[in-house]
Amino acid sequence: MHDTNASRASFLPLTASAVLVNPVGLHARPSVKLTQCAKRFAAAIEIALAADGPWTDAKSPVKVMRVKAPQGAMLYFRVAGPDGEAALAAVIGLVHDGFGEA
Amino acid sequence: MTEIHLTGRTASPGLAIGPVTVLMVAVESRRARGDPAQETAALKAAIEGATAELAELIEAEQGEAADILEFQVAMLEDDALAEGAFDAISAGTPADQAWRAVLDAEIAGYRSAEDEYFRARTADLVDIRDRVLGRLNGEDKSVEITGGSIVASDDISPSTFLAADWTRGGAIVLAAGSSSSHVAMLARARGAPMVVGLGPLSWEGRPPALALVDGDAGTVIFDPEPETRRLFEHRMDAANAARAVADAGRVKPALTAGGRRIPVLLNIAAPEDLAGLDPAICDGIGLVRTEFLFEASQGLPDEETQYAVYRRILDWAEGRPVTIRTLDAGGDKPISGLTIDGESNPFLGLRGIRLSLSRPEVFRLQFRALARAAVHGTLKVMLPMVAVPSELDRARSILDAEIGALRAKGIACARPPLGIMIEVPAAALCAEDFSAAFYSIGSNDLTQYTMAAARDIGAVADLNDAGHPAVLALIARTVEAARKRDVEVSLCGDAAADTRLTTAVLATGLRTLSVAPLTVARLKAAIAKVSS
Repeated sequence: MHDTNASRASFLPLTASAVLVNPVGLHARPSVKLTQCAKRFAAAIEIALAADGPWTDAKSPVKVMRVKAPQGAMLYFRVAGPDGEAALAAVIGLVHDGFGEA
Repeated sequence: MTEIHLTGRTASPGLAIGPVTVLMVAVESRRARGDPAQETAALKAAIEGATAELAELIEAEQGEAADILEFQVAMLEDDALAEGAFDAISAGTPADQAWRAVLDAEIAGYRSAEDEYFRARTADLVDIRDRVLGRLNGEDKSVEITGGSIVASDDISPSTFLAADWTRGGAIVLAAGSSSSHVAMLARARGAPMVVGLGPLSWEGRPPALALVDGDAGTVIFDPEPETRRLFEHRMDAANAARAVADAGRVKPALTAGGRRIPVLLNIAAPEDLAGLDPAICDGIGLVRTEFLFEASQGLPDEETQYAVYRRILDWAEGRPVTIRTLDAGGDKPISGLTIDGESNPFLGLRGIRLSLSRPEVFRLQFRALARAAVHGTLKVMLPMVAVPSELDRARSILDAEIGALRAKGIACARPPLGIMIEVPAAALCAEDFSAAFYSIGSNDLTQYTMAAARDIGAVADLNDAGHPAVLALIARTVEAARKRDVEVSLCGDAAADTRLTTAVLATGLRTLSVAPLTVARLKAAIAKVSS
């Protein structure tokens, strides 16, 4: 994922954050939904539980699940790439909607 | 052969009877191994094969079941999962060993998760591991579960569950397991009763032939006597008829046929019990047991851990009242390092409030966490096993002192109303003498202390009757004391959920009942039939 970042160095990373509102946090189904959504974009998309990382590839369900983000946690996004803005809007929208579960 | 009674926790309600299938989980290592290139190819093929297998299963499933399998597919399709295994293979490790080691490490991460929900995903990862191992070994290891049988195991994977036919009855009883596991969700969705946390299932080489499963109470009886079985079948018939009617009315407020509104609260043993529940089904939480905190931390949970958990429960309740009970250890709930071993009669010994007052440092910590959490909702705190007013008074001074200390440090806190459990007959008879903010009747202990009969001793279990006039009289007396003192009173023992007693219980004047989430629908249906 670092390679992806480097190759798109001309795109400044965009960041945003949102609170996980769905009942059990970033669990199995939300993780799958998030990664499926992230994979639709060319941009590198990463998540973290703190504003300064550590950052996790949002396109990998295995890695996203390792974050074990609980309900009520603040989820930070860092996005870099040509379609970065659209990507950020899409993933933030997903969190706000509680992944369709809240 | 004597019947064996085991008590666990309920994960899916309902009653079932059937032959027992004991699942032995064992995936053997394969014999023939090749060079790293062959091993890499073998693992790749096994992962692809497992993914294809799952995709096929998804075709046949819908909704929740399909979602769960899609999660497994997403994990298998992610290169990050097997990365470490392929590295190990290039370094000379055989494919099956490499895969197992990497997945076991991943599984350990889930198993040690703080959040019960993530812990419960362990079974999915085990499922993924074993499905790929099965392909590597080139053998079909799937166990045949005959429809209608009671599956007894340590834990069970979603694919094992989905491979069985649950339309013909059957149930799941697990030594370990979790009520938040995917299998538990599936079991609830399919109406298969499930009991978890039964503890080691050892048959000394002679597995039981038949089991009775009570998914409502969280109990299992192996190899029942004919009479036990007959009574159980009787209950099953009645329950099946009642269930269909009940499920419809869960989110509606409970009203008697005479139009009286009966607040229905929830009893929970851990915040995970609330996962996926709509707060609208209840009027608040009537009992939060806090023993789980002490079991999970295998000792004494710190203030922050307790505060976080209490706050989570208050957040869930969205302003509805939440009653948290201080530690009720001792009796049948020993906690290592805290309760006294070898008491001659633990039920009459140092338990509940008595233990808390003898270990004030533990009690103080719990009060501090509670007072801090009280800022975030409508919190009430109740003391278990109170027998005399001085116990309440001493607890109150400890609470006051802790609140004073918090305020002195400028830490946000609030003073929750302090109430008492009524479970000792002396407290029921003299309820009026306690300056309690509320009463909550614990009918289980009240019954066993009134009738001098434990419910887990089969020979006297019939005496342990919460509907006995003596027990009902003590309840009525407590209700009367509450009316005179103008404080709230509720019932949180199993008698509240026992729909055979609903009429008698409401006749004592009680208005508020607190029951396990899974029994809310049935209780509301029973209340609707009460005429007054």
